[in-house]
Amino acid sequence: MNIREIMRPNKRNAWLAFAALALLLLVLPFATDALLGRGWVRIVDFALLYIMLALGLNIVVGYAGLLDLGYVAFFAVGAYTYALLSSPQFGLHLPFWIVLPIGALLACVFGALLGAPTLKLRGDYLAIVTLGFGEIIRIFLNNLNAPINITNGPQGISQIDAIRIAEFSFGRSHELFGLTLPSVHLYYYLFLALTLLVVFVSLRLQDSRIGRAWMAIREDEVAAAAMGINTRNIKLLAFAMGATFGGVAGGLFAGFQGFVSPESFSLMESIMILCMVVLGGMGNIGGVVLGGVLLVVLPEALRNGAGPAQQALFGNTLIDPESLRMLLFGVALIVVMLWRPAGLWPSSQRQRELEAQDGAAQQEQDTVYDASK
Amino acid sequence: MNLLEVRNLKVSYGGIQALKGVDIDVAQGELVALIGSNGAGKTTALKALAGLLPSSGKVHYAERSLHHCATHQRVRDGLVLVPEGRGVFARMSVEENLQMGAYCRDDKAAIAQELAQLYTLFPRLAERRAQLAGTLSGGKQQMVAMGRAMMSRPKLLMLDEPSMGLAPLMVDKIFETIRAIAAQGISILLVEQNARLALEIASRGYVLENGLITLSDSAAKLLGSDAVQRAYLGV
Repeated sequence: MNIREIMRPNKRNAWLAFAALALLLLVLPFATDALLGRGWVRIVDFALLYIMLALGLNIVVGYAGLLDLGYVAFFAVGAYTYALLSSPQFGLHLPFWIVLPIGALLACVFGALLGAPTLKLRGDYLAIVTLGFGEIIRIFLNNLNAPINITNGPQGISQIDAIRIAEFSFGRSHELFGLTLPSVHLYYYLFLALTLLVVFVSLRLQDSRIGRAWMAIREDEVAAAAMGINTRNIKLLAFAMGATFGGVAGGLFAGFQGFVSPESFSLMESIMILCMVVLGGMGNIGGVVLGGVLLVVLPEALRNGAGPAQQALFGNTLIDPESLRMLLFGVALIVVMLWRPAGLWPSSQRQRELEAQDGAAQQEQDTVYDASK
Repeated sequence: MNLLEVRNLKVSYGGIQALKGVDIDVAQGELVALIGSNGAGKTTALKALAGLLPSSGKVHYAERSLHHCATHQRVRDGLVLVPEGRGVFARMSVEENLQMGAYCRDDKAAIAQELAQLYTLFPRLAERRAQLAGTLSGGKQQMVAMGRAMMSRPKLLMLDEPSMGLAPLMVDKIFETIRAIAAQGISILLVEQNARLALEIASRGYVLENGLITLSDSAAKLLGSDAVQRAYLGV
């Protein structure tokens, strides 16, 4: 019996693991609050937002193989839609359940707008154009305060309404089932629900006809077209679908933060989201979730831990924790790409492919064997 | 009327004209070879017929014009290309590759049945159905590519250099398969550099040189012609 057979979970174990995971997710904000403090619950909330973003980008990059370096633009579109329609900026206070879909729809339209001119581009060229697109959106947001003030420019939009469903506001703490749930806990459950929805949609897409078409395009676009796949529409759909997820995450971000400014949507953010996808395991939902959690939680842990640790070790702070953060981040990226090129938790297919490379000699033998048969 | 009628097909890459007005006919059930040296425009011709390249001229297929007809519509009508270099989906299994061939169809029962039939045509693929296509040997990748094309129920199969980069014995196997496909009544337009093999199984042939058809005749006559023997058969 090999290790895989021992590891293979039987049905009961699978249920137990599922129940344990559900319980963990349910008590996570309380446990975090008690052990690490309220600030960390906020970080967990952010992790969920980034998981949604990373899963959206995973559709474009992981499934369809289209390198998009301007993905944060859709996050910005969703966030600014929410901010403009639900703040004192225009005196509009539309409800959450109207604003969020509008933001998602607008992001979707922007996704298609970005997709249309880039249909014939691949690889490096696509990356450069998408990068430019991301910057255009950010610069627009930065400058749309004159002649008519729309976005309030670099100062951003503040006092955005908290997310509110009917009379239930997520901005205040509530008493539920005899428990006091502070605002961050409420947001946690809202984000968790939406993240699970995004995971579910991603899973369904993966095994769908559309998902297969995306993967075929990723593998070989000419052959995909020769299979009768309408490559133009299917690629546009990938951009639009990915952008929609980004728009939803953006709307939630605006409501959660209560403040948006162009600064939050820099190129670095796009790269961070891409790193989550690549580091975690491109094309694998579990891997992308893992990447999102790690890249949000680890830098925060470093931010909070690096200073005190240096104090304790050397008596003073030698390296600014902020610079150390980027340094270690860079090192971690290089290490992962060297030792786990398919990501920390690769999709089973990527895994098989890498295993198969060891079997290249076997393949050579096969050729001889085929020929002689 | 022929299944495929091409008149004055022209394709340009930028300022360079790769096809300068090509006429090709393929009758129902016929196996036609298109031979020529490197860079003569063979692949360009097939890509243009598949709708993957913009072209001018008249293309009639199944009694209608293919003008403004997108690639995916042509596939639906049974005009199917097996691209040069096989183009298997490397990170999908053999079976997933074959299923992709049926992308345009939704008759699940028939697809399953045809998949089973296909495995009898390619028994070597049946043993490997769960293996990633990118890890197969070249010959088996070619079989996957051809099997995948068969899954889209072609009326006219366009094969682009199926023998490219394969061991001689494997080439024989691939050509046997092509013959078997032709025996099912499927029309085939075969592009090859290996002129002798192509002309041996074809009924008619065209010789393409620098974007123009310079010779067209029955395959037997082409095989016997001095010009072809000197230029392509190395006699």
